[in-house]
Amino acid sequence: MKQYSYFPGCSLESLAKDYDFSTREVARALDLDFKEIEDWNCCGATAYFPVDELLAYTLVARNLAIAEKTGLTDFVAPCSACFKNAYYTNAYLKKDPDLADHINFALEEDNLHVEGTLRVRHLIEVIMEDVGVEQIKNKTSHPLKGLRVAPYYGCQLLRPRKDHEEIENPQFFEELLAAIGAEPVAYASKARCCGGSLIITNRKAALEMVRILLKDALDHEADVIATTCPMCNVNLEVYQDQVNREFGTHYSIPVMYFTQLMGMALGIAPRHLGIMKAPVPKAQVLVSS
Amino acid sequence: MTAELSFSHEIANMMYATHGNPITHCLQCGTCSGTCPAADFMDHTPRMIIGMIRENLKDEVLASNTYWSCASCYHCTVRCPAGIDIADMMYALKRYSMWKSRYKEGLIGPDFSESFVKMIVNSGKSFEPILATTYLPKFSAGQLVQEALTATGLILKGRMPLLPKKIKRLRNFQRMVKRIIPIGESS
Repeated sequence: MKQYSYFPGCSLESLAKDYDFSTREVARALDLDFKEIEDWNCCGATAYFPVDELLAYTLVARNLAIAEKTGLTDFVAPCSACFKNAYYTNAYLKKDPDLADHINFALEEDNLHVEGTLRVRHLIEVIMEDVGVEQIKNKTSHPLKGLRVAPYYGCQLLRPRKDHEEIENPQFFEELLAAIGAEPVAYASKARCCGGSLIITNRKAALEMVRILLKDALDHEADVIATTCPMCNVNLEVYQDQVNREFGTHYSIPVMYFTQLMGMALGIAPRHLGIMKAPVPKAQVLVSS
Repeated sequence: MTAELSFSHEIANMMYATHGNPITHCLQCGTCSGTCPAADFMDHTPRMIIGMIRENLKDEVLASNTYWSCASCYHCTVRCPAGIDIADMMYALKRYSMWKSRYKEGLIGPDFSESFVKMIVNSGKSFEPILATTYLPKFSAGQLVQEALTATGLILKGRMPLLPKKIKRLRNFQRMVKRIIPIGESS
């Protein structure tokens, strides 16, 4: 069984507990052995960089250093912001010896040393690359037949671009959804930003950004929006009421982590996937259907 | 004695780890502004702000809400035909404005970033119920701003009681942070 250093990130310990539950359940079902990184710290999301860039990299580097120490080469993060920070810090450490020196000087305080040698990937990349469509199909015992799912990629899963991968019109999320028997919905906004932390710092802007996404998914008759990031999920799900109040709309659409949908298709009980706690009631309908 | 740097040079220097091109490469084509999902809420579009930096219009740039309206979605960055990491430039501008303590009045962004960092330095982890709690949607916009400011104030005063998790090696972690920024000492 392949082993990975698993970095849940802070959201998965609070608002996105259901993402953590469903990630661990799905990993187990797919024979992926996720070892949680010991004593990990917050990666800083998008909030460190405005204060100090070197500090932002150092905080991420501590987690990388702890993961490197285990000897496991693969690092997996289910949150897009954690993933982006880990990916780029790891890459810069390898490329920039001056940056690595600065960071290692600080890491001495925790008896750590970092090289930047990990293979950092987002959870959905690990599932698609290391398990693959065929395996997922084979393990799908409860295909989500007739369920129209809007794949929402968001931003930091795709951007900035790492190499030469397709980021303007990626298809891997659609392929995953098709593999579990769902019907992926085609809509233009699938990689448009949800507003991220603007939901706190510029509420008006963020609500408009969420509105556009909800409208686009609903216009294309999606039954549910699937996400790969706790921030996206919270913005799209928790703030629907505020969007409705602000714009006089009546949007109501469940928003679920892709791991919750996968878990259902793999025959895992909804209560183990955190689905029963979903705030948008349609999710219940979905479960009982 | 070295010559004083121009504002545009200062910003260029702040883009420390940026692997994109400097803003002198900007074509002023406006692809960034056309791409940006938050452009409608900015005082100046990304294209305009780059033009302003190049003209050393420091006061106007520091009075703009543009970079504090950036959600770091990197859509501009990946589409820029001149290869400029525009989202990273927005971060550089945020840092510059924080360090100079000069930003447009009424913005939540600077306080949010500062309280976020302090929270993490104090515990090693972030805890969203402070930042994006489920009770916020119940409030009106005015109350929300108040709520965010209240939470920020409480965190700054170390009185926010909702920090359920701390990392184990917090002392080491805090010493590590101090090797990067001397917390508690005025700069």
